[in-house]
Amino acid sequence: MSGNARQLETLIARGYQHGFVTEIDADTVAPGLDEDVVRLISRKKQEPAFLTEWRLKALRHWLTMREPHWAHVKFAPIDYQSISYYSAPKARKDGPKSLDEVDPKLLETYEKLGVPLHERARLAGVAVDAVFDSVSVATTFKERLAAAGVVFCPFSEAVRTHPQLLEQYLGSVVPYTDNFFATLNSAVFSDGSFVYVPKGVRCPMELSTYFRINAMNTGQFERTLIIADVGSYVSYLEGCSAPQRDENQLHAAVVELIALDDAYIKYSTVQNWYPGDAHGVGGIYNFVTKRGECRGRRAHISWTQVETGSAITWKYPSCVLRGEGSIGEFYSVATVNHYQQADTGTKMIHIGPDTRSTIISKGISAGHGQNTYRGLVKMLPSAHGARNFTQCDSLLMGGQCGAHTFPYVEVKNPSATVEHEASTSKISEDQLFYCLARGITEEDAVNMIVSGFCKSVFKELPMEFAVEAQALLAVSLEGAVG
Amino acid sequence: MTASRTPLLAINGLHVTVEGKQILNGLTLQVRAGEVHAIMGPNGSGKSTLAHVLAGRPGYQITAGTVSYEGRDLLALAPEERARQGVFLGFQYPVEIPGVNNVYLLKAAVNAVRKQRGLPEVDAFEFLGLVRDKMKLMHIEDSFLSRGVNEGFSGGEKKRNEVLQMLVLEPRLAILDETDSGLDIDALKVVAAGVNSQRSPERACVLVTHYQRLLEYVVPDIVHVLVRGRIARSGDRTLALELERRGYDWVSGEAA
Repeated sequence: MSGNARQLETLIARGYQHGFVTEIDADTVAPGLDEDVVRLISRKKQEPAFLTEWRLKALRHWLTMREPHWAHVKFAPIDYQSISYYSAPKARKDGPKSLDEVDPKLLETYEKLGVPLHERARLAGVAVDAVFDSVSVATTFKERLAAAGVVFCPFSEAVRTHPQLLEQYLGSVVPYTDNFFATLNSAVFSDGSFVYVPKGVRCPMELSTYFRINAMNTGQFERTLIIADVGSYVSYLEGCSAPQRDENQLHAAVVELIALDDAYIKYSTVQNWYPGDAHGVGGIYNFVTKRGECRGRRAHISWTQVETGSAITWKYPSCVLRGEGSIGEFYSVATVNHYQQADTGTKMIHIGPDTRSTIISKGISAGHGQNTYRGLVKMLPSAHGARNFTQCDSLLMGGQCGAHTFPYVEVKNPSATVEHEASTSKISEDQLFYCLARGITEEDAVNMIVSGFCKSVFKELPMEFAVEAQALLAVSLEGAVG
Repeated sequence: MTASRTPLLAINGLHVTVEGKQILNGLTLQVRAGEVHAIMGPNGSGKSTLAHVLAGRPGYQITAGTVSYEGRDLLALAPEERARQGVFLGFQYPVEIPGVNNVYLLKAAVNAVRKQRGLPEVDAFEFLGLVRDKMKLMHIEDSFLSRGVNEGFSGGEKKRNEVLQMLVLEPRLAILDETDSGLDIDALKVVAAGVNSQRSPERACVLVTHYQRLLEYVVPDIVHVLVRGRIARSGDRTLALELERRGYDWVSGEAA
């Protein structure tokens, strides 16, 4: 068997690997949310007045909103006043100027997570921004990227170094009024990554952000903004994990992508937030808004996600296809085991003529998990000749889980075409026995069948992520059969 | 040689029920290394049940009897163990596994056997060489390796794939469950050539079949007729011909 398969085997024997806690002094604000807290966060980040105002507008709007419950998930009411909205590891000085000044405990944490921050230890092709609770603690390969003209830095740094880009683009895809969780994020967002790829530049390496929730009773509200200028290309990877705790923790992030003429943004996520234990206790509530806008002609945005973690996942990475001939893609594998719940999918909003979108969704349900695909394909009257293809497949393991599909289609232009294919299957006794009769163990057989099912999504992931994703899938489905 | 005196497979008084229904009813059979046995019989006589029980398929209750393989209790082994010890079942209805490459499954199977024998995993290049030779024999094209396991295969392709797996895995005991059914004459000859190519003094083969047509190309040493879960009659290959002439009622009547 290949090295990958062996790696899978070892991983299967483990379970959630990232559940440890880092003991570190943190600067955490008292729980609760009001204008003073928002001002405090903004002050800590030395933000310009326009941003403070924007946050406050968001907060005021949020106070008029109600927590949405239309998703096919169940959770106890969240007490938003008992959450701490800011937590940062205490810096020894004013903030690390280089990796040598970063607290060794933090470096060790990322090392343990398999995300070493020392550049010489990194795989040469990937630059990493590491976000720990509310702040970015390190960004690697900044100089090399700067030489190519690419800006890749913590959001809080971009506030100071590129305020004009922020003012122009922040909230232009996901406005602060967008939805309950995005609005909350707009008021209290702490850190995240900022990327700007200038005209005609092909980003020389993969960019990656690794999000880590550490502190207790805090929420993580990061905000990512990626702008790909005319004719540029960038591939961005996002990874995440959290300690194993009995309390649920809220993660409400916002990601905005903007692709101008002929620009291409490839955004990949391997989501491994703590999913709760086998009885459904604890875990992250992952309520995230991700949206990209193909603002220019022939712009291209591609979302690939592998969702294995979180107690509840509620996210719909979407594309607004405004530019003529622009392309949106969504490739997703969502896995639920034990008592996990996922309500995920995408929205493809076709505005421009000859826009195209592809949706490939693979849902895997095991244990008592509930997996929902929810997707909207909307063809506006201006979308002449637009096309969509959607394929939704569900795989069930065992009899206690569920798979649900809610495809919404709105076509307002008669020349637009929409295709939808869906299937639900089970790992059959026949398939398992066939593999056993060839000498393959049940665990290997299940992994093989599941990987086969997910193949059309995995092939969209950058190579090293594909291996990680496959391994994670094996862990999250551990004990799902037999 | 003593090896040929100890049967490779010895089934003794095997009783098997499925969901309370008696299917095998005191079946006794001995297969020695080097032999090819054909098991014939009308529909519902228990042929496929026998093949599945030997391979360890769940869902069958063994209420009495023993099965030994290489002198050890076969029934005590898990299905994957049996495969690694050299027992191979060629399926009557090979299952599709979408997205999993043929070559990937085949390599995983070969390595499972090699691991059992304490051999290192086969390297990819060497493996391809080995498989390509056998593919030629089975008239299988190269593109076949990268297709999903049995995904969209015709009936004939599925059966040829089963025989290819057998050739690559080199089992000591091959049980082929109606591998001939649904094949046209050309495919039947290819399948027969594959089966014949692996006859050797160390290995044995049990052909489960409904028709004697396959036996024109793979000449068995012994033919058994299974009726109502036990062997009603055994003989040489002329028994198969006689069966074809007189029909199964002839033996069924006798056994009643």
